Amino acid sequence: MNWKRAALTTALVGGPVIALLAYGMTRDPREIPSPLPGHLAPVFTGAVFAPGNDDGLRLAVGDTVRLAEHRGRVVVVNFWASWCLACRTEHQALSTVARNYAPQGVKFFGMLYNDETPNGVNWIEQMGGQAYPALSDPGARTAIDYGLYGVPETFVVDQRGFVAKKFVGPVEAGEMSKLLDSLLLTTGAPNASTNAVAPVPKSLPSADTKR
Amino acid sequence: MMVALTAARRAMLALVFAVAPLLQAAAQSDPAPSAAPQTVLVPPAGVDSVLDARVKTVASRLRCPVCQGESIQDSPAELSAQMRLLVREQLATGRTESQVFDYFVQKYGQWILLEPRAEGINLLVYWLPILFLVLGSVGLMMAVKKWTRPATIAD
Repeated sequence: MNWKRAALTTALVGGPVIALLAYGMTRDPREIPSPLPGHLAPVFTGAVFAPGNDDGLRLAVGDTVRLAEHRGRVVVVNFWASWCLACRTEHQALSTVARNYAPQGVKFFGMLYNDETPNGVNWIEQMGGQAYPALSDPGARTAIDYGLYGVPETFVVDQRGFVAKKFVGPVEAGEMSKLLDSLLLTTGAPNASTNAVAPVPKSLPSADTKR
Repeated sequence: MMVALTAARRAMLALVFAVAPLLQAAAQSDPAPSAAPQTVLVPPAGVDSVLDARVKTVASRLRCPVCQGESIQDSPAELSAQMRLLVREQLATGRTESQVFDYFVQKYGQWILLEPRAEGINLLVYWLPILFLVLGSVGLMMAVKKWTRPATIAD
C-alpha cells in the first residue's frame, strides 16, 4: 500500500520533471527566436564602401542606401564581417543568387558588422569580388536594430517592407532562390494594389526597373 | 537554482570589479569613435551620475547576445559596449527605462531580458515556487501528524 503510494507520487512528481528536461533536450539553447519576421523591417541608412561588381546592383562608394527607398522591391540584407568564417561559406552563393535575381529588381546589400571597412574591402577582394554593394554600420546601430547576435545573419524584406525571413548562419543558394521566387510570385502581381494600401514614400520604383 | 545563480553572479561581479578599471577604459575607448557622428548630445560616462546610474540599472538587466548568461553591463564584448551606448543615448534623449526595455524586446524578443517579465506563461516562474512551498509544507505537516500519531496511540 505504502509502496504503491510512493511509486505514484514519484511518477506524478518525477514524470513532469523528466518530461520537461526531455523537452529541453530537443531545443537548441543557442537559438534565439527573432521577433522580426512578419513585422516591418527596421529602416536603415548605410554608406556604400564597396561598390559590387554586378551591373544591375553596383552603387558608387560613398552613396547612401536607405531601406525606405526600396519599398516595392524585395531586399536582402546580409550581415557579415571579415573575421567571420561562416561568411566565407555563403559568399559565393549570395553573389550568385544576387546576380540571378538582379534583373527582377531584387536588391542585395552586405552590412559590415563590427569590422573596419578596409578589412571588408580586402576580404571582398580575397573572395574574388562580390556582386552586390557593401555598406558600413558604425556602432552596430543597424545590427542592434535587427536584433543581431552573430554573423552571418541574413534578412529578406518583402515588397511591403516586412521581414519575410531571417536566415541564421550560412545561406544556401537553393533555399534563398526558392524564397525569392515565392516572394516575387505572391507579392509581385498585386504589387500595385498593396502599394496603394500601404503608406509608401514618394518615389516608388517599379519592380522591373533596370538600373 | 536561484541561489546558485545569484552566487555565480556575485562571483562574476567580484571579477568585474577586480578588472573594472580595464573594462571602463575599454568601454570608453570602444564606442567613442562611433558616438562622434551621432547628432544627439549624450554626456559620456562619469559626467552625469544620475544618467550613469540609470544606464547601469537598465544595462544590468539586458542580456548580452554574444555571451553566456551575462548582462551587457558586465560583458566586455564590443556589441555590449555598443548596446550600452545605445541605452545611454535613448535614456539621455528622454526615453523611460521601460521604453528602452521595450525597444530591445521588440528587436530580440523577451530573451533579451535577464529577468522574465511577470506576465503570461512567465508567471509560472514566479508562482510555482510559492505553490510548491505551500504544497510541501502542507504535505510535511500531514506527514509529521502521521509520524507522531502511532506514538500517542502506543501510549
